[in-house]
Amino acid sequence: MSTVATPPEATQPTTSATATSNLVRDTYTVFARAMRMSLRNPAWLVISLLQPILYITLFGPLLTSDAVQLGAGNAYQVFVPGILVQLGIFGALFVGFGLIAEYRAGVIESQRVTPASRTALLLGRVLRDVVVLLVQGTLLVLVAIPLGLRAPVAGVLLTLVVIALLGAAFASVSYALALTLKSEDAFAPLLNAVVLPVLLLSGILLPMSLAPGWLQAISDVNPLKHVVEGTRAFFDGDYGSSTAWWGAALTIAMGVAGWWFGVRRFRQESS
Amino acid sequence: MIHARGLARTFRKKKQEVHAVAGVDLDVEAGEIVGFLGPNGAGKTTTLRMLTTLLEPTAGTATVAGCDLIADPVGVRRRIGYVSQSGSTAPEARAGEEVVDHARLYGISTEEATARGKRLFRELDLDGLWERQPKAMSGGQRRRLDIALGLVHVPGLVFLDEPTTGLDPQARANLWQHIRGLRAERGTTVFLTTHYLDEADALCDRILVIDSGRIVAAGTPDQLKSDVGGDVLTVTAEHADAAGQVAALMAALPGAEAPQVDGTRVVGRAPNGGAALVALVRELDAAGIAVAGIESRRPSLDDVFLGLTGRSLRETGAPPAVPTESLEAAR
Repeated sequence: MSTVATPPEATQPTTSATATSNLVRDTYTVFARAMRMSLRNPAWLVISLLQPILYITLFGPLLTSDAVQLGAGNAYQVFVPGILVQLGIFGALFVGFGLIAEYRAGVIESQRVTPASRTALLLGRVLRDVVVLLVQGTLLVLVAIPLGLRAPVAGVLLTLVVIALLGAAFASVSYALALTLKSEDAFAPLLNAVVLPVLLLSGILLPMSLAPGWLQAISDVNPLKHVVEGTRAFFDGDYGSSTAWWGAALTIAMGVAGWWFGVRRFRQESS
Repeated sequence: MIHARGLARTFRKKKQEVHAVAGVDLDVEAGEIVGFLGPNGAGKTTTLRMLTTLLEPTAGTATVAGCDLIADPVGVRRRIGYVSQSGSTAPEARAGEEVVDHARLYGISTEEATARGKRLFRELDLDGLWERQPKAMSGGQRRRLDIALGLVHVPGLVFLDEPTTGLDPQARANLWQHIRGLRAERGTTVFLTTHYLDEADALCDRILVIDSGRIVAAGTPDQLKSDVGGDVLTVTAEHADAAGQVAALMAALPGAEAPQVDGTRVVGRAPNGGAALVALVRELDAAGIAVAGIESRRPSLDDVFLGLTGRSLRETGAPPAVPTESLEAAR
């Protein structure tokens, strides 16, 4: 072709082993960059860490009052899993805003013109979000303990795994939607339209068992309601129950679907 | 370096097909600086995005840096650098880290990337800005930082999309120096788009003129200008009623085209403008026509564009037939 020397790595045949190691390397590069930029933003750091603490300290006491009867012995055992799921879903759904800003700055396009795997460009960012989520979730649980949370360690850990999966799924969807819409003005109303009904029908704030029959029926088709109930079962130490595993199975299903949606969008051209 | 045949891209906009690029053939040889000249919305950026694998062509084939665009996009990506119009760094990041992270995506180790990045910063007059946030840099510095990102993996071919748009004259002249340096010092092939005539003229070995998605002319700036058919003669008569006579005399010059009259001003074209000017002055003097001004100049690229498309590139501020804005958004 020319007098210009070909870079040595370009001549190597791409085997599946090198493809995998490239995926890991590129994912790490994208993850480290995203994490570094997040950590360097003090406002973001304070808000992210304060959020779970505010939930526990300003909303939790309402549930321990005699006015609310939750049935369970320990109010925090019901409340903390719900807040964890909320953190996982709603924290993750909003990550797309950051991607729109990156898109506008030309960062996405400059990464897409490199040989980096398209999957890595998504995976690196999602990993950052999952790490943030796990730190927030752990903090939330730790803050709740002195206030009266009693739950088995295994149940808490299982719940954090569920939250991580859920967060990854919703973050992927958020990134894919952001990449499609490319505008905060279109993205924000879409999120608002989705978030409020899903939140109210999930039984996150109060268990749906308190709801009248018609409302329960509607909330039954919301998979997140089952995820919330599943994590409550985990917090109860009720690992063998169908509630627990129904929630876990739905989480995995949503994880696969969200991931598929995100990867498909990132692999498409003209993104 | 680039060989494209029939490259086309059609967008679907409200059930209407928009041919942003309608079958482009182009060849760029190694070591050339080639300019893609055309008004906004002509299809420059769309063509560039196809050649850089960001956009899949709806028709046509291309080989870029030795790799097939469709069959081996990753091979193309490894071998090219792309500096987009919209920039390539996050405003809150640190300049040096952006360069290193970008290089890492090409599989370059952090140490090597840092060494190369620092060298590029020296070459591009970005010394001392390694830790600076792009948002705190000037427009010219940010543009050079974008170029550093595009060069850190030492590509043999670099695409620059509107490299000097939005820069002040001094920063533009400075960037031109750096772009010339890419070829002089590294032997890099440069393919750039511009809607500035002076930029194409000053910088490019060869120019491809694109209009409404098609290449309408190709050649060196001098070739294109001589194809216009002669130098431009302008005579301003003292009185408007003498303009007709001036036009008649100008039309009688050997090889001249029919001149255009605009008030007291008569503009025509004739080969070998210097000799034509002397002959015209004698004729005007003999006819006793009072003249306020007379000049002969080499045709500009704007005359080239005007001759090819019937429109002046300087006047394309008005929206073109295809809605550019919505096309850009549809990419």
